[in-house]
This record gives sequence, structure tokens and C-alpha cells, in this order.
Amino acid sequence: MNNNLLDIQNLRTSFHIKGKAYAAVDGVSFTIQENEIVAIVGESGCGKSALALSIMGLHPTKTTTLEGQVAFKGENLLTIPQARFDQIRGKEIGMIFQDPMTALNPLHPVGRQIEESMGQHLALAKEERRNRTLELLKQVGIQNEQRVYKQYPHELSGGMRQRVVIAIALACDPVLLVADEPTTALDVTIQAQISDLLKELQNRTKLSILLITHDLGVVSELADRVIVMYAGEIVEMAEVATLFHYPLHPYTRSLLKSLPGQQSTKTALHVIEGIVPSIQKLDRSGCRFAPRIRWIPEQAHENDPQLHEVAPGHFVRCTCYESFHFPDDHIGDDNNAITGN
Amino acid sequence: MPLLEIKNLHVHYPIRGGFFRRIVDTVQAVDGISFTLKRGETYGLVGESGCGKSSAGRAIIGLNRVTSGKVLFEGIDIAQLRGQARSNHRKEIQMIFQDPYSSLNAQKTVHSIIAEPLRNFERLSSKEELRRVQTLLDRVGLSPESIHKFPHQFSGGQRQRIGIARALALNPKLIIADEPVSALDVSVQAQVLNFMQDIQKEFNLTYLFISHDLGVIRHFCDRIGIMYKGRFVEEGTVEEIYNNPQHMYTKRLLAAIPEMDPVKRAEKAKQRRWIQAQYEETFDRFLDPDGKALELKKITDTHSAAVQ
Repeated sequence: MNNNLLDIQNLRTSFHIKGKAYAAVDGVSFTIQENEIVAIVGESGCGKSALALSIMGLHPTKTTTLEGQVAFKGENLLTIPQARFDQIRGKEIGMIFQDPMTALNPLHPVGRQIEESMGQHLALAKEERRNRTLELLKQVGIQNEQRVYKQYPHELSGGMRQRVVIAIALACDPVLLVADEPTTALDVTIQAQISDLLKELQNRTKLSILLITHDLGVVSELADRVIVMYAGEIVEMAEVATLFHYPLHPYTRSLLKSLPGQQSTKTALHVIEGIVPSIQKLDRSGCRFAPRIRWIPEQAHENDPQLHEVAPGHFVRCTCYESFHFPDDHIGDDNNAITGN
Repeated sequence: MPLLEIKNLHVHYPIRGGFFRRIVDTVQAVDGISFTLKRGETYGLVGESGCGKSSAGRAIIGLNRVTSGKVLFEGIDIAQLRGQARSNHRKEIQMIFQDPYSSLNAQKTVHSIIAEPLRNFERLSSKEELRRVQTLLDRVGLSPESIHKFPHQFSGGQRQRIGIARALALNPKLIIADEPVSALDVSVQAQVLNFMQDIQKEFNLTYLFISHDLGVIRHFCDRIGIMYKGRFVEEGTVEEIYNNPQHMYTKRLLAAIPEMDPVKRAEKAKQRRWIQAQYEETFDRFLDPDGKALELKKITDTHSAAVQ
């Protein structure tokens, strides 16, 4: 397979805290193909946003060390000169941020904000830029584009603002979109509209999307492939249907089990013991999830947990999944995914 | 007698402008809602941002002024009470806020955060107060040494527990929870929801649960009211609302719940488009000439909807 659009190898992002370096992203490798949506899921503190910012080169260089390789169309973004990076970022890679209110400048009309990056990257006349902007607004589902073009962010609703943010990301025809929690700050009906829009953009253009989220519902609606992260590492990676129907890693299974279900039952939800360790306190030897599943015997874990390919395209870290069961499970019938009800 | 009975509640916010900042217009955040809460039940108030669900909750507890209507708590209209009588009833209703990061004073220790309601309403010696705070901490599952710590030393879930301990300090009968888990991660969310269910049984609490998350509402509530532009569009038990929605707005809200089986997502997206088309075509029929929801009409004893 050599149509890797993005090829990340052994990426390590370390933050300097009080003279010491702590890795928030700890040896992550994966690829994104053309026209593919890859979702990265995990809870706060798992390193998913640090990963997104590493790809976009948005970490402050003084306090962060980046190691490994982030190859975009064969060029390593970590080593290319800044001037070259500036040509790629915003043009070939677009980014959508979580909160549309803080991502937009309140002092400029939205049309001007969409045109801003075109001025940087494309040689277009003023009139052409304007036409392209109106076209983009229509593409992201804004019907009265002539009026919205002149409006300020505060005049628009949350959903409209997020559409404008997406239009900005699409302004220079990117091939890759990095979307950090694109629907989290929005109402449910707007969330559904924005996911449908992203899916439609993927189908219509050749776009690839790296979707960063903590919301398994969004993942299930959008992703082609899913990467689950815990404490800076990939713990499971699979096609979306496989992950939801046959989750293997204890963390993935616990997460799916702790969701409020489809039925209204007043039974207790599953709770994962303990808390996500902070990067300063994290024990980096052995299985990082082990402290949260203490009822699993120590010998079930690997000393130096590796990602194993258990089926084509399905990777799981550590061997503990083989003997994992929930404390209240009867041993033997522990292969129930959320869809098994 | 129901624990709480809301009758035709209105909450209007004035818009001031012009000369002398006179009132030029009003925002009708809550525009005539009525519902009752039975003892020990959990009632969910659902809607999108701006529908007035938080305004209603805050008006019931007295953080917003009630423009008109009645808030009958055990038969007494607490919206009309002033002075001592008001503060006596004020103890019975407590609130849990959305964001555990901003609802706790960062400069106070856990001790003084939890003791604050006690200091406001009860005269206790410092020894007694300490004992009460310790019991509460124990009840919400925080270690005894956390009493001298500050909020920033806790995780999100732990902070929400501190907020719950504060709400429990005066042994309230009704707790208004305004999006208590939306700022939390899924696994922490599960922790807090389980815990709220445990204390509900233990203290025989009644909850008014305000949320936009239909998954959480379905798991947690007995009955639901769905709000749109300050009015109810539908009210019923969880089963009635989720299995037999009558109002177009409810249908659209339910269609927006993400499909948790990736294999069925294309089908779900199709269904969503179909409902959206129907919504655009027929929604006018569900509104009065001012664009507000119609009067509620009874469908069964427990189920009513704002339909023609």
C-alpha cells in the first residue's frame, strides 16, 4: 500500500515540565489513506489533542520536543523548513477546531475570514476570491450565502459558525482535514447535521479526515477506521464495524460498556476503576491499563506490551485482552459488544 | 400532594435600551410551562440551547425572578414568599451545576465550600460543623484528608462529587441538576450518574434533571418534558417519548441521536434526511401564528403533545 496520505511513525511528543520531559504522545504509528476518515478516540488526557497539534505543528517549540516521523505525501513535517510547512498547512491540510466562537475573529465579517487563507496560498484576484467564498458557503450548506458573507460571527448561530469554520478549513482545497472535536460544542440536531456534512464532503471530494473525539457516537456515525488511545499509546486499532462489534482491548470494552444504553434501564452503568494517570505520574513500564483492571492476574499482561495484529487490520496492545472479563461477568460469555443486546 | 407543581410559569428577561435604559422589549425565555414532580421521581427537562430549560430550573430555585405563574412546593407558592419564610423553604431545594471547574470557589478549601450552606442556615459549633462535613465527604466517597484541599487538586468527577456534597448538606428534598455530567468524560459520567442514583434511594430525593443529552436522559429519568422556545411540545414517560413520539420536534430530536452500530449508519442518515424534509414541510402546523408551540393535548393519562 503506497497511497498513504499521512504516514506517522513512532511519533513522540514530550512536554517540558520543571526541567524534565514527559511524553504525552508516546510512540504512535498509523497511516491515513486517500479519502479515508480515521477517528482517534480517548478520554481527556490520553494524548489525542497533543497528537493533532503535533501534526499541525502548533505546539510551542520552546517547551515541546517532537520525535519520530509525520510524513505527509512523503515529506516529513517535523524536519522540513518552516517556509515549506507554511505552504502545506492551511492549504493542503486544513483544521477544524472545537469551539467555533473562539476559532473565529469577532471583529471581521466571516467572508473576509474565509478569504484570508486564499490570499496566502492561492493566486486569485479579489473578485475570484469572493466568488469562491460564496461557492464554499453554499457547499457547507449555508443557503443565504450573500448575506452571511457580510455578517459577523456573533450574528450567526452555533451551527452556522461551525459551518463557517469548516468553510475556512476547505478554502484552499485541502486533501486532509484535521478535525478536533468538531461537534462537541454543538446541540444534538446540529451535531447530526455537521456529521452528515463531513460525510458528504468525504463522498463528494477526495478528502481524508483525521477526526479527534471523545464521543463514540460521532465515531460510529463517521469513521472508516478507529484508533483508541490510552495514556499516550494506541491500545486498539480496527475498522469501525469491527471495533464496535468485536472490541478486544479491556479499555475499549470498558468505554463501550460505560455508555448510557439504548434501553431505559435504571441499572447502574459500568464504571472504570481509578482515574486516567497524569503524564507526570504515569508508570511507563508494563501495561498502562493494568492498574485499572486489578482483578486480571499480573501474568496476563506482557512486560513490554506490543501492538499485535490479531486479524487483518485489527491491532490490540498487550495480551491481557485474552483473559479479560468484567468483574461481574460470568467467565465464558465475555464477548458481548454493545450491539449484542 | 405532588412535591413540586409548576403552574403556567413565565420567565421574561427585559431588554433595555434607548434613553435612561428603559425596557424596550422582553425575551420570553419561559413562556407558560406547567408540570408536576412526584416525590422520589426523576423528571427530565430536555431541549436545545436557548429553549428555556435552564431558565426554568433557575426560576424554580429562585436564581431568576419569576415573571408570572406559580411554583408550588408542597402546596406553598415559593415564588411569592419573602424574607424568613422564603429562606426556610429555600433549604429544601438545592442545585448541582454543570461545570465542576467553575462552580466551586477556587480560593476556598473543600471544608468551607461544603460548610457554606450549613453556615447560612444552621447555627453549629465548629466541631459539629466539622463532623457534618466529614460525614458528607464520606458519603460522596472522598477521602477524609481531602477536607483541607482546594478544588484544583481534584479530578473532574471528584469535583462534581464536592458539588453534590454541598447540595446534600442541608438534606434537601428536591435537587435541580443542570447538565451535571455534560462536562465529564464517559467513564466519569457513568460514575457520577450511578452515584446520583444511589443517593436518590438513600435520601429519597426528587430530581429535576436538565440536559440536552438524550442518551443520558433515557437512562436516568422516569418522565420527560421537551421544550421548544419556552414552551412544552411534548411530555410523557421515557417509554412514551422514545417509542411513540407525537410532535415533529421530538421526532427530529430523537433522529439526531447518533447510531451506535456503524453498520446501520447509512440507514440512519437516510431516516434523518427524511424526517428533516418532513420537519421543514409540516412544522408550521405545530405552531401558532406567533411561531410558538400550541397548547398541550392529552394523548394518554401520562402522555401529552402540542399537536392540533
